[in-house]
Amino acid sequence: MVRVKVTGARALVKSLEDEGVEILFGIPGGVMLPVFDELAASKIRKVLTRHEQGAAHAADGYARVTGRVGVCMSTSGPGATNLVTGIANAYMDSVPMVAITGQVATNLIGTDAFQEADTTGITLPIAKHNYLVKDPADIPDVVQEAFYIARTGRPGPVVIDLPVDVSRGELDYRRREHPELRGYKPTYKGHKKQIKMAARAVLESHSPVIYVGGGAITAGATAELKRLATSNKIYVTHTLMGKGAFPESHRLSLGMLGMHGTRCANYAICDTDLIIAVGARFDDRITGKLSEFAPKATVVHIDIDPAEISKNVRAHIPIVGDAKQILKELEAAITEMGSEVQTPDRREWNALVDDWKKKYPLTYDRNTGLKPQYVVEKIHEVTGGDAIICTEVGQNQMWAAQYYPMEKPRRFVTSGGLGTMGFGFPASIGAQMGRPKDMVFDIAGDGSFMMTMQEMATAVLEGTPVKVAILNNGYLGMVRQWQQLFYNRTYSCSCLEREEESPDFVALAEAFGAKGIRVTDPALVEAAVVEAIESDCPVLIDFRVDPEENVYPMVAPGAPLYDMIGDMLYPVEKIHPEKAEEPFL
Amino acid sequence: MKHTLSVLVENKPGVLARVAELFSRRGFNIESLAVGTTQRPDISRMTIVVDVEEHSLEQVRKQLHKLINVIEIVDLDPESSVAREMIMAKIKADPENRSEVIEIVDIFRGNIVDVSRESITVEVTGNASKLAAFEDLVKPYGIKELVRTGKVALPRGK
Repeated sequence: MVRVKVTGARALVKSLEDEGVEILFGIPGGVMLPVFDELAASKIRKVLTRHEQGAAHAADGYARVTGRVGVCMSTSGPGATNLVTGIANAYMDSVPMVAITGQVATNLIGTDAFQEADTTGITLPIAKHNYLVKDPADIPDVVQEAFYIARTGRPGPVVIDLPVDVSRGELDYRRREHPELRGYKPTYKGHKKQIKMAARAVLESHSPVIYVGGGAITAGATAELKRLATSNKIYVTHTLMGKGAFPESHRLSLGMLGMHGTRCANYAICDTDLIIAVGARFDDRITGKLSEFAPKATVVHIDIDPAEISKNVRAHIPIVGDAKQILKELEAAITEMGSEVQTPDRREWNALVDDWKKKYPLTYDRNTGLKPQYVVEKIHEVTGGDAIICTEVGQNQMWAAQYYPMEKPRRFVTSGGLGTMGFGFPASIGAQMGRPKDMVFDIAGDGSFMMTMQEMATAVLEGTPVKVAILNNGYLGMVRQWQQLFYNRTYSCSCLEREEESPDFVALAEAFGAKGIRVTDPALVEAAVVEAIESDCPVLIDFRVDPEENVYPMVAPGAPLYDMIGDMLYPVEKIHPEKAEEPFL
Repeated sequence: MKHTLSVLVENKPGVLARVAELFSRRGFNIESLAVGTTQRPDISRMTIVVDVEEHSLEQVRKQLHKLINVIEIVDLDPESSVAREMIMAKIKADPENRSEVIEIVDIFRGNIVDVSRESITVEVTGNASKLAAFEDLVKPYGIKELVRTGKVALPRGK
């Protein structure tokens, strides 16, 4: 073992380099100056964001598209508390992240010193784990453990709080081969007997449905998932986080499930006799009224986190472990057992589901004004469905999910669990830096965009050519929709503008040095998207969309999934005449 | 239903806060919690009593398991484990009734740990019902101060 005397700050930077960190997002401050001083000489790309929340979301976006650990950094006190939303967001969506926060010197901890906040205390409930480093000698081990914990098992954010005297202190740098964590041993291998039981359940099912979440994407299980679905002809529905796990153009895809899911997915779940849940956690936005969720279904639940199993919906066949491996074994068990078990005739079920698919496609009124759905459809068309789509939160997010079908994983970046407005734009900057060759769009709402729009300065200065498509309706759109539907149209504090639009987003983009385009006419949508794509700088397109357009279909909060609001506006033949005759199975 | 969990954790700063925080965040109520080191100084044992239904107990266990510093969790079956709690009570005892109080303490195999002109302080160890009975009997004399350790428990030897 080679021993070299270094400062804590140097040890931190060296440990980050040893972990293969290529980029970090953050803002320096008094107590982090030793670290930033060391970073100056490092090859790690430093991205100075304009707010720490932006740094956390950018690290998050980077992690989601690359599958690597995102790293963000802040000073103590307000810097650290500004990271908190981003950490909580990563925790809810199981995103691997390491957040490094500065802390006041150890002798000042607890004295309410200048810029002191109890960061480990604050982040305790919103991080997978956290550390307060009190001895410089611990730094290499802590960093190694933090990255290991962040990316293994069910991934999540880990916080390292680093007092300034610790980063100034000295240590003999040494790196262990492996982290030593006595109490942390994620289960990867699924239980053989349970897998066999699941295989039998699949073979015996009349009406199976695969319900896939973000965990399948994290596990890299999309190929196995596709094989399971296609070789056994099982319909697949996905969560918001599971978007891209299974190609949405596939005839077996039912689209998204839940509150703003498709009718066919929701009806199918209500009627199915077998749910194969893969890396999904039966969130309340998915189940609707829990007591009426999938009443006839046997539930197979595959998840790496044992605490998710039977948390919300009882699992009859729980399988804890890595989804990729388990799906492989499940497929093998099905093949092996296939000759012993007589699979029921599923023709009636298939016909029923295909009929729902045909009868109830996602649709909207195309005849009046500039519709947000149309904008998303056009972005899909112009980008060939191959862009990385980041979203904000609210109506824009749901329209992006509904009208930008995804064929591949790690291309739909959205704040699923926490529902963080302001997430999408900084996340798109991180995503663009992680995948510089890809086209990155942030589909935004005007309300959400205004929460983190200062990051336009980051995008411009870093030369990150992200495109922001604001579906600008002058409202906190989803709030307004709920007020319309459930609060008697009392639009209390949801309108963002009075007599004229506010702000002038085009002028705003230009003030930052980006390009701004305004579109009010549906006929000009395509040209604007093309212009944005052809520009090599950040572009903001302000689409002035119909202010009172709603996201449909919708299951009211607490209602059962079959009880959907949003009538069919047009029969399918009128929208997609070619699809009316197309057989599905 | 009451459950007693015996939880081995790494003896590191903040572990108690992590465990306590988990209970409050997930909406589980801790009835009692006793912590101390074990025969190994790097490992502590927590004895946690929770009043939850079977389904919630499973969640408590699984969520506890997710904490990085938690090494092992055992749900102690009352039949095959031993559990004790200690009570220390400062009881009013003037020269007239002091002997009566001492008699009660003796019956409960307690010890007198301090005596003053107006009170005696005693320690009594036992299970919850024994301690409740003791408390009930000395109450009429006047309990000036009282403290309980919370339950500690171990599985029986095999």
